[in-house]
Amino acid sequence: MFHRFANPTRFLRFAAVVQPWIAGLTVLLISAGLYFGLFDSPADYQQGATVRIMYVHVPSAWMALFCYTSLAIACGVALIWKHPLADLAAKATAPIGAGFTFLALVTGSLWGKPMWGAWWVWDARLTSMLVLLFLYLGYMALNNAFDDPARGAKSSSILALVGFVNVPIIKFSVNWWNTLHQPASVVKMGGPSIHASMLTPLLLMGVGFTTYYLWVMLIRIRYEVTNNKIRALQRRQAATGESQI
Amino acid sequence: MKRKHKRLTFVAIALTLLGAATALVLSAYEDSIVFFYSPTDLAEKKIADGRRVRLGGLVEEGSVKKAGDAITLFRVTDLTTTVAVSYKGLLPDLFREGQGVVAEGRLKAGVFNAEDVLAKHDETYMPPEVADALKKSGKWQDQEKDKGKTK
Repeated sequence: MFHRFANPTRFLRFAAVVQPWIAGLTVLLISAGLYFGLFDSPADYQQGATVRIMYVHVPSAWMALFCYTSLAIACGVALIWKHPLADLAAKATAPIGAGFTFLALVTGSLWGKPMWGAWWVWDARLTSMLVLLFLYLGYMALNNAFDDPARGAKSSSILALVGFVNVPIIKFSVNWWNTLHQPASVVKMGGPSIHASMLTPLLLMGVGFTTYYLWVMLIRIRYEVTNNKIRALQRRQAATGESQI
Repeated sequence: MKRKHKRLTFVAIALTLLGAATALVLSAYEDSIVFFYSPTDLAEKKIADGRRVRLGGLVEEGSVKKAGDAITLFRVTDLTTTVAVSYKGLLPDLFREGQGVVAEGRLKAGVFNAEDVLAKHDETYMPPEVADALKKSGKWQDQEKDKGKTK
């Protein structure tokens, strides 16, 4: 199946059909999630209405890790099997993941001040999350640092794979070391420790953010494929133009 | 072996080695990565008076006293060891008895003089009515005990 869609032309046709559906689903899920999260869910017994920051913060943090995992897989596939679409998928994923990481850090800071009493602390969870943002930015910078796009893709793919060690560190930082950040509430042994009335909007937002990622990634890959075609045409035109003279 | 198999083997071996190296480094630096020491750590490590450290644990039930001039006295416990803390300043909203807390400051003659106090909340989220119902049915205490055990 992956071989089938690794063909850029076939992928473009498939993407054009799927994209509007994913866009509609994203709008639907995020509107429903925000409505239930902000207006139709209870306040927390300790944190009051401040807990509503969770409905943006937690899905952003999930997506930050999900996008980085996708980025590392795409980079691995690009390095090992040299699929033409893997590099494009990686390049398309990085800025989306960086955006989610930034959102998680900012909303976390806004949540930390009223609850913990600090905008920022250097505990293992917060620090490893900041490192993740730098990994995304480093990947993007390195990808664009070479005149030859193939060399840029190769070096940045290696960086992305090396940076993957940070993903389990972020996930388990709250279990391995004592931190100010609390441990996981949803994905943990013994089931979620979050009431069903709050879990529903959280999961809606989580799925909505995932479809948002797929939507934006499709747009960006389609742009990159078209852009590559234009560049190839221009090169051919330049070459034939010269030979005519 | 085909070239792509060679590349796959190389990437797999490199990532395994990198993971092992990271695990070794992190376990070697465990003491500097932890955000705070528990009262038991503080006693075992024999932290010298005057060294700036963070102390974390639960605010002991019934230990919070106002000593005038914005000074609050309380005890931090990990249910094994307890440390007396004195703090001058505004406390975060979530600061209350039985709640997690992280205090930054220095030990002086057995009393921890905090310069900064942060509240630590747990991973449980529920509406107030559910919390009340749990307290009424007596299931609340079990959770508190579990919390003390983990950290």
